Amino acid sequence: MPNMTFAQAIKDAHVVEMERDPNIYVAGEDVGVFGGCFGVTAGLLEQFGEKRVKDTPITESAIVGTAVGAATVGLRPVIELMFVDFIGVALDQLYNQAGKMKYMFGGKAKIPMVMRASCGAGIGAAAQHSQCLEALFMHLPGLKVVMPSTPYDAKGLLIEAIRDDNPVVFLEHKMLYALEGEVPEGEYTISFGQADIKREGQDVTVVATANMVHTALSAAEKLAADGISVEVVDPRTLNPLDDESIIESVKKTHRLVIVHEEVKFAGSGAEIAALVAEKAFDYLDAPILRVAAPFCPVPFSQPLEQAYIPSEQQLIDAVKKVMA
Amino acid sequence: MDLTNEQIIKMYTTMVKIRTFENRVAELFADGKIPGFVHLYVGEEAVATGVCANLTDKDYITSTHRGHGHLIAKGGDIKLMMAELFGKKTGYCKGKGGSMHIADLDLGIMGANGIVGGGPPLASGAALACQYLGNDSVAVCFFGDGASNQGTTHEAMNLASCWKLPVVFINENNMYGISSCTRDSMCVPNVADRAVGYDIPGVVVDGNDVVAVCEAAAEGINRARQGKGPSLIECKTYRHRGHFEGDPCAYRDDAELEEWKEKDPIPRLEQKLLEMELLTDSKIEEIKSTLQKGLAGAEQFAEESPFPNVSELTEDVYT
Repeated sequence: MPNMTFAQAIKDAHVVEMERDPNIYVAGEDVGVFGGCFGVTAGLLEQFGEKRVKDTPITESAIVGTAVGAATVGLRPVIELMFVDFIGVALDQLYNQAGKMKYMFGGKAKIPMVMRASCGAGIGAAAQHSQCLEALFMHLPGLKVVMPSTPYDAKGLLIEAIRDDNPVVFLEHKMLYALEGEVPEGEYTISFGQADIKREGQDVTVVATANMVHTALSAAEKLAADGISVEVVDPRTLNPLDDESIIESVKKTHRLVIVHEEVKFAGSGAEIAALVAEKAFDYLDAPILRVAAPFCPVPFSQPLEQAYIPSEQQLIDAVKKVMA
Repeated sequence: MDLTNEQIIKMYTTMVKIRTFENRVAELFADGKIPGFVHLYVGEEAVATGVCANLTDKDYITSTHRGHGHLIAKGGDIKLMMAELFGKKTGYCKGKGGSMHIADLDLGIMGANGIVGGGPPLASGAALACQYLGNDSVAVCFFGDGASNQGTTHEAMNLASCWKLPVVFINENNMYGISSCTRDSMCVPNVADRAVGYDIPGVVVDGNDVVAVCEAAAEGINRARQGKGPSLIECKTYRHRGHFEGDPCAYRDDAELEEWKEKDPIPRLEQKLLEMELLTDSKIEEIKSTLQKGLAGAEQFAEESPFPNVSELTEDVYT
């Protein structure tokens, strides 16, 4: 199995799908010659031409909105929002139009589109180019929300997203783009709503998303040395959310810590904590803890930015607390 | 363009159909049969009618919150529309959409839209699909003077021009976005003046003259079909009723309304057709009575239809 970076795996998913289905087009700012701000779409223009790989003006509402319109009448757009923070100028087209159309029209529409977006802190890009916003999208009926953590998952989930007949938000943490891993050649899909147990354990369940999966795996390794066995559950898709796998894990370990990079207040972890409290309260031997960013914009200065991002040590401390 | 007598009479009939539908909806709303918001198209019938006379089922339209006229002109079924306005299961959207969200994708109607300026990007997207698939279909975007000031409208027009998309932007300038008059909301006299900024044709037309609308739209639509890109056609018109039913219209004076009623598109065409002897009084009566019968049938269908079952509440969110 070849090794690929996370970015290459995402590009590979595009290639596999665009070769299969001529009605898939890619559009976004600088996705053509420039290859995308993080190089994800590099080479697609050469391979598929201008008709299918469209550089757009800086016009997020129109990038999203034309995708919604085109998807409604038969195409399968895969669009790139350079930074997820930019959804602020295009949100209406995504949540009021794409997300609600099927329901508003009594079921008689399908909107097969994927909106990819980079997200997350770590490169000093500051407040308007660094946020994680998965909870925002989770809150909007009609959308699906995907957040991969490995190259393997990224490719399989993106192919699944492109084949899905609903609008899918595909969130790519920018600190993962250079991460390498084994990725099968050709096509394969990963079903939505299927969490992946990234590490099996007995004592504590840690639900982690995107780059925090790697923080959790590293923390788990260190905690193992202290005799604490951590199970790392990666939901992979936040909507649909694999309730069952999370609950099954908690029933086994009786302890839950949730770690994500977006802010803790009303973040995706709040939903997961509520889910477990509602469905598995009696199995819990300790209160649920969340490790997440503080409630402030992402800062620029390196020491501040590093303090913003949930750390391995914070996670270790939380795990030890629920074990105490 | 040379319109046949048959085409002109068909347009007249469509306008009267919209008018009778809207007037009845006003009564039904006042009687409490129709809940929510309804925004009526009375006075603006020539715009939707003149434009849609150039379209087939393979062409697309995006509509607005004031969408009933567009839907009827594009061939929408008034039975299904009325049932939807009543919130009934048999309506276009199974009662889930209501007045502002009626769609019929089989007829190319991509939906009324509750968001002012929501439609233009969707229309450009449909046009992109037409261009991409290489068919000769076009998209038409109906939008109001209010929407003309939304960023989405600018983005949709700019991108459509950059990509030479087969889309025609039909601005229905009825002078008011709820209470705000274009005198205060725009700094150019015409929405069409903005076409210069996109290097596309910008045309102003009397929106209460259905033949003039039809001819101007034909030019834009043919241009789009020929791959020459978008155009912007501004139809100057007026809504006789308030922004929504129940609006006391304190922001405009009666004299203005009366002035525009003088220019009502339906009596204007009717007079012309009588003079040209294309219609007679008895033929007009026959048209109106047939439409009334259809409308009564639609109303009865809506009245007698069941409401959706509560078990359907969370259906249709995802495919």
